[in-house]
Amino acid sequence: MVMAPDSLLDILREVKDPELPALDVVELGIVREVHATEDHVQIDITPTYSGCPAIRAIENDIVETLTAHGVANVTVRTVYSPAWTTDWLSAEAKEKLRAAGIAPPGPVEVEPLVMLKRAPRAVVCPYCGSSDSVERSEFGSTACKSIHYCNGCHQPFDRFKAL
Amino acid sequence: MTMNTVPELDVAALALDDRTALFEYLLRIGDDRLVLGHRLSEWCGHGPILEEDIALGNIALDLLGQATRALELAGETEGAGRNADALAYFRETVQFRNVQLVELPRGDFGYTIARQFFFDAFSIYLMDALQRSTHAELAAVAAKAVKEERYHLRHSSEWMLKLGDGTEESHDRVQRSVNELWRFTGELFQGDDVDERMGRLGVAPHPSEIRPLWNNVVNDVLTRSGLARPTEEFFVRGGRGGLHTESLGHMLSEMQIVARSHPGAEW
Repeated sequence: MVMAPDSLLDILREVKDPELPALDVVELGIVREVHATEDHVQIDITPTYSGCPAIRAIENDIVETLTAHGVANVTVRTVYSPAWTTDWLSAEAKEKLRAAGIAPPGPVEVEPLVMLKRAPRAVVCPYCGSSDSVERSEFGSTACKSIHYCNGCHQPFDRFKAL
Repeated sequence: MTMNTVPELDVAALALDDRTALFEYLLRIGDDRLVLGHRLSEWCGHGPILEEDIALGNIALDLLGQATRALELAGETEGAGRNADALAYFRETVQFRNVQLVELPRGDFGYTIARQFFFDAFSIYLMDALQRSTHAELAAVAAKAVKEERYHLRHSSEWMLKLGDGTEESHDRVQRSVNELWRFTGELFQGDDVDERMGRLGVAPHPSEIRPLWNNVVNDVLTRSGLARPTEEFFVRGGRGGLHTESLGHMLSEMQIVARSHPGAEW
């Protein structure tokens, strides 16, 4: 029996990003395509960043989760084009990020290739909602996040970078 | 950036000379990023402040990711069954194709930043051009890398400003680093037969085309940082052909020892 791609996607929603357990790999846009035939299932995934250390763990989790649901003969292929973008995050996924204490990314802006100084953004604190915050570093606890500090509630917080 | 507009490259159909040149070119892309990424990773736990420790680690990871993909493609092009790990851990110093700039010991923070800035200002333009490569998989690596390079260049150029326009001590140290590193920057733009073949195949721009773009960014940032652009015209070369400084061998012995002590180990 060929499994419907939608039911495979439903199962894949059980697979979380190990570095962002609030989100699953489908709503993050890491799962790009699902190909199912009579005797084989292939899942195409794409890394968020070139050096994303979670990608192999995600691959294993996908195979294990599908196998546990009785899906046999699963392979996972990593695709690199088109490059992953935060614009693939759904509004629902962004809300989950905020609830987990991570400011969600805004839309990816068209910028010149080389922009050495960027105007500071007013990032809304995910804890208290204040937009009086400062960016501490463009590199955070993982490659996909930057570090900010809220002057309202005096707490540091992460922001998912627009990429 | 001028590249011949020819249809998508069919690697399997390449003549042997072209295929060998493509293998060499992919090693260059991979090795520059592998070696620089490893040098940056040496800062892990030693950064001047926590945010910098994290930033350098993140940039190292991006570079290692780009390197892994380029070396995978190199291995497939070679067709001898070598994967990215085999190429990273089981080649000798003379088989590495990185520019000497990236292998120099990390020095102090200012030295690491100056080297990174020189490399980032080159890499962002190279990756931008490679997005239009006839080599579809390399173009995909570049499309991803160029997003990352924007962050890298902003990071290193902001630090050039802070250090150059900072205290007398920071200014003098970063100026000394700029002067010491200068003679290693020319190799980024030197082309050879491999680059000419890549140009003909539409795979990559000739590196000399990037020099004026690099000059603009470097001149702008050095001027605003209150740093003098060295006037030295002597540039070292040889890394692309496997001629390296003593420091690469030391670095590789550390980088490769676990893989070589336990070949085939998994964890």
